This record gives sequence, structure tokens and C-alpha cells, in this order.
Amino acid sequence: MTLQSTTPEFKRNARGALADEKLQSALAFAKPGFSTKRAQARAALPEFDDLRDAARDLKDHVLGHLDLYLEAYERRVIESGGHVHWAETAEDARRIVLEICRKAEAKTVNKGKTMISEECGINDFLAENGIAPVETDLGEYIIQLRGEHPSHIIAPAVHVTVEEVREAFRKAHGHLPEGRDLEGLDTLLAEARTVLRKKYFEAEVGITGANMLIAETGQSVIVTNEGNGDLSQSLPKVHVVMASIEKIVPTLEDASTILRVLARSATGQEMSVYTTFSQGPRRAEDPDGPEEYHVVLLDNGRSNMLGTEFQDMLRCIRCGACMNHCPVYNAVGGHAYGWVYPGPMGAVLTPSLIGVEEGGQLPNASTFCGRCEAVCPMRIPLPRMMRSWREREFEKRLTPSATRWGLGLWRFVASRPALYRLGTGIASRALAAMGRGGRIAKLPWAGAGWTDQRDFPAPEPGGTFMSRYRPDADGRPS
Amino acid sequence: MTDTAAAGPKVALFVTCLVDLFRPSVAFAAVKLLQDAGCDVRVPAAQTCCGQPGWNSGDRKGARALARKAIEAFQDYDHVVVPSGSCAGTMVKDYPAMFDDSVRWRRRAESLAGRTHEIVSFLTDVLGVERVEAKLEAAATYHDSCSGLRGLGVKTQPRKLLASVEGLELREMEEAEVCCGFGGTFCVKYPDVSGKMVGDKAANIDASGADLVLAGDLGCLMNMAGRLSREGRRARARHVVEVLAGMTDTPAIGEGETR
Repeated sequence: MTLQSTTPEFKRNARGALADEKLQSALAFAKPGFSTKRAQARAALPEFDDLRDAARDLKDHVLGHLDLYLEAYERRVIESGGHVHWAETAEDARRIVLEICRKAEAKTVNKGKTMISEECGINDFLAENGIAPVETDLGEYIIQLRGEHPSHIIAPAVHVTVEEVREAFRKAHGHLPEGRDLEGLDTLLAEARTVLRKKYFEAEVGITGANMLIAETGQSVIVTNEGNGDLSQSLPKVHVVMASIEKIVPTLEDASTILRVLARSATGQEMSVYTTFSQGPRRAEDPDGPEEYHVVLLDNGRSNMLGTEFQDMLRCIRCGACMNHCPVYNAVGGHAYGWVYPGPMGAVLTPSLIGVEEGGQLPNASTFCGRCEAVCPMRIPLPRMMRSWREREFEKRLTPSATRWGLGLWRFVASRPALYRLGTGIASRALAAMGRGGRIAKLPWAGAGWTDQRDFPAPEPGGTFMSRYRPDADGRPS
Repeated sequence: MTDTAAAGPKVALFVTCLVDLFRPSVAFAAVKLLQDAGCDVRVPAAQTCCGQPGWNSGDRKGARALARKAIEAFQDYDHVVVPSGSCAGTMVKDYPAMFDDSVRWRRRAESLAGRTHEIVSFLTDVLGVERVEAKLEAAATYHDSCSGLRGLGVKTQPRKLLASVEGLELREMEEAEVCCGFGGTFCVKYPDVSGKMVGDKAANIDASGADLVLAGDLGCLMNMAGRLSREGRRARARHVVEVLAGMTDTPAIGEGETR
């Protein structure tokens, strides 16, 4: 276990999220932008869907030869003067990062945006050990000030309203004049920039994530829009890259295939503002760069997904398109999911990483509407995998007993057409009798979930179709 | 039954459990549309449920049991037509996947999958129907149910046929392709989230100015109709085939004889 999850409480979390007016206004504000921009970017590139196929095939190939590419990557990193650390668990990763920081006598660690660091709970761990982590991505900075975790994998503060940002800045930036003007997004941005600029020069260690690791060159790649990642990794003495093992691609050309679908799927940009390739520490002829370059490669359960029905999930490039287009995510936001990864990709990945006993609520909280799979640049069959988790739960008897009992009864009756007709006939009459003006306002038992939110249309009077339908001797309608 | 009809393709109607129980009008309308298009329509008596509730709840064994029954019930027909993109999608997309360990059943499942169609796309894409003889003075909006849209590619077909309905004006709503929040058992397992989703849908229907919302799946329609009436909104709900068949004399979904 890494970050403490509240995933089993998804239903309660969701209710809270739906009742949270500020959250709802932030979600409503963010929702249309992502999907519109992605649609425009897709429309502007005729070969976009072919690129998705190529990206999928590329990553499938990598996953089929992951050991080979990881070893090749490690050799290249070492050749360029860097260090590779293998972390089987989040705990290993925390220990490795702390050792590097201690060796560098770090008091402050600057961080570019990294979900792997979230998965490992690095910030709290460093703080407990007397080292101050400073998030430099604007969204991450905002939620760090608010003591929160990201609610979205690429827009971590998407749940925060502008007014709340203003409050957080007034509280955190006590050294600035109290009555200063903080109206306008530009003003807020300028203040964050001024505060963060100073911090860049204070940190001994910079931690970033990696959107990709390139096997043929030993490079790590980060994709950002703020340039904070570049400052975080090139100004301190030590640069630590935290990445999970499936981030590998064979060649620079393969990296460009992924880049062509990544930003378009994420934000609708053709390319993000900064795409930075890092290779080893500063060389003698380099004008700048870190003295040490470390890569912490995290497994944390991923290798167990290889060869299973969940392997396709390891193609994920963390663009966030699935959650941007998910009606459940858009209704409740990311925190309701209760762990690191929200939305459809989180619904598949979370049970893989923390166990289906802990994460099993998430793959159930889906209508299987299929929008996530339809927009996924890597063509990951997310609904199919959520259903696979439901199967695992059913096999392990984690599915609620009332559901199991109901499904068993349904199967028994529906396997026997005569019994089925008898049952539907009774149900039709009973429900019709409960109707007032064609609808039922309140149903008992499981039906209460329906009528709490909406009326229940009563059956048409006159009985079921099969009881009213009168075919001729050949079975044709008469 | 005329000789002309008998000479057409032999088509089995899979009524679906929701239509059978709640909305027989939809099945009667489906029979009429298929007969008008020259099909030799039958309604196999052995049909019950396609097994989707079990399949989507992780009960593979239970789903397979019902799928085998359906495969047997529908084996002797040229086509199997379903007034639901969701149930059709289960038969087309999921049945073959259910039998990945049995060559014989997989073949039978693939045979059925290849013969199974959602009704509106069957009319347009297989039978080449261009227009219908129907009349309805109304402003309607069409909700694209998820399984039909993303699973089977049903998008233009209902709009094309609705355009031929005399007096009907089609007004597109915002987010017509976004899920209404039904999701089978989802709507009772996660009532709050489902309620938010169908609330957004009801608002979009209302904002379109339509007095009628149409769709190809009864589950979604019952969900939307129930929310529209709970919120006291103006729009009523009908299955698209009721309008295409010109059979709109029955009260709308969730409406009594008099309003």
C-alpha cells in the first residue's frame, strides 16, 4: 500500500462530491473545453486514427519485450553517466529517493509534475524526513498549498475554483502585501511565478516524472506547458526521474509517434509547449544541467499485469482523455475515486495496483458508455477490462450477495420461457397496478435507487407483448 | 400475411425483456416496420433475455447459459432484429467473446452475431429503406444511446428516417452522444451519480426546445422519461420505432391515458 485509499468509500465520496457546489461549478467549467479541443485537434489531422493504431501496436510490441527494452535502456543511461534504480514497490522507491536526497544534503526538493511520485507518496515521506518538497507545476502547487492530492492526472487542480486559488494564495504568500490585487487569472499566474522563481534556486534536488523513456538513447522525456519541469530538472545539482517500467519506447522515432497522439488527446494541442529530452548528467561541454542524473524505475504491481487480461492497460500514456470524456468522472470529479488515478483508466489500474478487494468499487461505477475507449489514443479497451474486474469480483464472491442472488434467480427464470412468461405476466400486472397516471413515484427495495432520482414508468396496460401477440400457425403476426 | 411478405427475408424479432414487459407498443411498431419493408417476420416463443445483466455484472457462467438459449432460439432465421442497440450489441459484440474456450459455441455465437441487427440500422443499411410513411406534428430531439452509437455505429440512420416523417422537426440537443446515466444496474447501484447524469440529460433535452425525446433503447428512455416527469419538464419520451411506424396513439412512456 502506498497512498491511503478511500476507494471502498466511492459511493459516499460521490455523494459528497455531488453535494459540493464549488466542486460542481469547477467541474462544469472544465468539462466542455477538453472534449471540444480534442475533437478539433483530431479533425485537423486526417491520419489521427492511423496514428492511434500505430501507437497501440508500438506499445504492444514493447510490452511483449519489456525486459529487453528495459535492459537496453538501463545500459544507455549508465553509458551517459546516469544511475538506474529498480524499485519493486512504492516503499523501495521512497527509500531510494530519500537516500539520493540525503546524499545530496537536500533541504528542499523541487518537483515537476509526476503521478508516480503521487503513487509512492513521496511528498509526505520527504516532509516526514525533514526535506521540503515544492511542487512547481501551477496546478500541483495550488493543491499542495491546499493540502490536497491531484483530482486529474494532467490537470491536478481542475476541482479548484479561481476564488479558492485566490484564498490559498492569500493564506500561503503571507510575505506579500495583504491588500494586493488578485483579480484576474494573469495576476494569479504572475504571483505564482514570482514565488516559484525564487524556489528554483534553493533546491538541491529536482524530481520529475517521465512521459517516456527511450531505450535506444537512455533519454527521459517530459511534456509540459509551463516550463516548470525544465527548471526543476536543470537547476538543482541532482535530477531524479521517477517513472514506471511501462513508460519505455524503443526509439526516438517511436517517441514521436506517441507525442503526436499525446497532446492532441490530452489538451487538443498539436504539441505541448515544452517537450524536453534529458540524457545523463551535465557533460563538460554543456552550459548547464545537473551533476547527477538518477532514474527510479517503479514496478509496484505492473509486471503482474503482463500476460493477463489487464496487460493492455500498460499501454496508457496518461493523457487524461478517458476522464475528460467520462460522464461519471465529470459528475463527481477525481477525488471521489479515492486513490491516485481517477476516471476510467483509474477504474482499471487501481484494482491492479492496490487489489480488487480495495479498488473493486471503481470498475463497477461505470455505465459502460464506451466514450473512454472511443477517445483513448492507445485504443485501450477500458470497458472490457472493467468488466473483467467485475468477473474477478464475482469469482471471488466480492459481488454483493443480493446482486448474486438476483442474478441467479434471473438466470433460473430466464432459462425457462414458460416460467419467464408467468413471471413477467405477474410483474406486468403488479407494476401496472402500482402506477398512477402511468408512473410509479416510489418503489421498494432495490427499486428505491431508481425512484429516489426519477419516476418509474409503469408498464403499458394490457399485459406483456408476448401475452398480447397472436401469431398464426406459422408463427407470423396475424 | 401476403405472399410478397412471405418471400422476403425470414426475420426473427427479439423483443427484449424491457419492451416485452413495459412497452409492447415498441414491438408492435417493430413488427409493422419490418413487414412494411417486406420481411417475413416471426417472434420466436422461446426468447427471454439476452443475458446482458449477468455479463455486465461479472457472472460469465450465467450470461453464457442465457446466451446459449438465445443462440438456439434464433438459429433458423436469416436475420435477428432487435429494437435495442444495447441488447443487439450484447449479441453482436459480446456473445462471441463469451465462448472463447469452445470452438463449437463460438462458431454458433459468431453466426448469430453476423445475423443480428439493431432495428433502425437494419432497415436502412440492410434493407435499404430510405423513408417511412408516417406523420407526427412534433419537435423531437434524438438521444444517441451508447451501445447503439459506439458499439454498432447507429447515428445517422434514425435521423435519416425521422427526416421523412411528415410534420416532424428534429432539433439536436447538446451532448446528444453523452450517456443518460441508465447503464443497466448502474442506475440503482449508483443512484446519486446516475441522477446527476440524467438530470444533465433532462436539462439538455429541455434546452433543445423539443417536446419529444426519441431513442432506440427502452432502458435509456425509461430513465429519461422518469427524470423528465419527476422534474416536471415538458418533453415526453418515445422509442424511435413508434414514430417511424406512425404508432403514436398510445400515451408516451410513463404517461397515463389522460394527462
